[in-house]
Amino acid sequence: MTTLKRILLITALLTGILTNTYAGHSEGKFNASEFTLHHIGDSHEWHLWGEGEEASHIPLPVILVDGGLQMFSSDAFTQAHTVEVNGKPVEYLTTEDGKYAIVHDKIYAAEFGALNFDAEGHPSNNKPFDLSITKNVASMLLSATILLLLFIGAAKAYKKRGVDSAPKGLQSFMEPLVLFVKDEIAIPNIGEKKYMKFMPYLLTVFFFIWINNLMGLIPFFPFGANLSGNIAFTMTLAVCTLIITLAVSKKDYWKHIFMPPVPIALYPIMIPIELIGVISKPFSLMIRLFANITAGHIVILSFMCIIFMQKNVAWAGMSVPMALFISVLELLVAALQAFIFTMLSALFIGQAMEEHHEEAHH
Amino acid sequence: MNPLVTPDFGLIIWTTLTFFILLFLLGKFAWKPIMGAVKTREDNIEKALSSAKEAEQRMQQLTAQNEQILKEAREERDYILKEARTAKDTIVGDAKNQAKKEATKIMEEAKKSIEVEKQRAITELKNQVAALSIEISEKILGHELADKNKQQALMDTLVEDVNLN
Repeated sequence: MTTLKRILLITALLTGILTNTYAGHSEGKFNASEFTLHHIGDSHEWHLWGEGEEASHIPLPVILVDGGLQMFSSDAFTQAHTVEVNGKPVEYLTTEDGKYAIVHDKIYAAEFGALNFDAEGHPSNNKPFDLSITKNVASMLLSATILLLLFIGAAKAYKKRGVDSAPKGLQSFMEPLVLFVKDEIAIPNIGEKKYMKFMPYLLTVFFFIWINNLMGLIPFFPFGANLSGNIAFTMTLAVCTLIITLAVSKKDYWKHIFMPPVPIALYPIMIPIELIGVISKPFSLMIRLFANITAGHIVILSFMCIIFMQKNVAWAGMSVPMALFISVLELLVAALQAFIFTMLSALFIGQAMEEHHEEAHH
Repeated sequence: MNPLVTPDFGLIIWTTLTFFILLFLLGKFAWKPIMGAVKTREDNIEKALSSAKEAEQRMQQLTAQNEQILKEAREERDYILKEARTAKDTIVGDAKNQAKKEATKIMEEAKKSIEVEKQRAITELKNQVAALSIEISEKILGHELADKNKQQALMDTLVEDVNLN
């Protein structure tokens, strides 16, 4: 029996056990979309295993800005409440003092443990500014720590072994990656003369995205957070690229926007289009990374959900190989999306700094 | 709005904070030394390559120079040989001419001295002949003048000769 077959069998068996555990405790219809959305979303606690009352999770710190800094563990949400909203039961948890409530992982300021709901079934209470160390934040801090250890470790090797000796160990794994960013991303898009200034940003973005993509693919603690598939994360990085682009932009970049080489009569159309173009470039960065990573997670989870929806372990025979296939594909996507984000960032920066000498190409 | 596409402000702030701290720390302690080392190495390699090329060029130059020197030496040798041959020819020719001249001169001198000797011999012979003639004449005359008739006859002959002249 080959190793691959053995792995597949063990995975199938394990999935079967988990399926049975789940099936034993859940009643009513399995809601695949809720399940999937819950897993790719952020959370105030780090779920390990089990469902409902028997779920095991690691509590994470909750930090709220609500007339000063409020800090407590997510374990503090202990009081379960159920209210009827538009004929549907809505469950929520409040803290012991009844000051804060959590509904669908959003924290609201409660009035003595009670929440008011509007006509659409959303709480109408105030939302304090939530600075909690959520699962995504914790995962991000972990990824930053790993990156620091990896690269500072690799950097030390240069000091220790000297510049001219061939790279070894960790250093020999990292150096080609750094050189890849330098030779394939920075220099072709920004140019030999100016690329050096942007290398720290491009390298950090590339490895930050990549490692978070990879960590998202490992389904066990302390990994598995869908950070790089979170729109807040991709938005922040895309905005960084936008700010750099605007900060380094040369006269020609703005000239191209406000004085495009078209007849004056077309300016009322062209200028707004060009202005939208300024925003749409980083917007595409944000959406591309978010959508690719989230989609990968959704596809894998959906394959898993089939087993639960059919309530039959035999489906694992199809779901697990398919999910495995998608996981391997996602390994490629993880690197590819990090590359594309960095490549396009470099391209946008390069374009903004470009100085046209002739108006021939547009 | 769908929570999937609603950016969470808390996460934005944490991401910004983490990213910038990461950017600063990696930039200072990782990218700077790594990029610096890579750059130094690239420079060193480039330097080594260019010096190798330079050495090769010098080598080529040297080879070319050697060849040139060899060629020049060969040419010089040929020239010297040619010169020597010419010199030999000239010397031999000159010697021949000189010898010929010398020989002619010696011959001429010999001829001259022979001529002189010959003249002297002739003169001596003439003198001897003259002396002999005079002696004979004296003898004859002595004999003739002893007789008066004969003396007359001779006188007549001599006068006749003078008349004839």
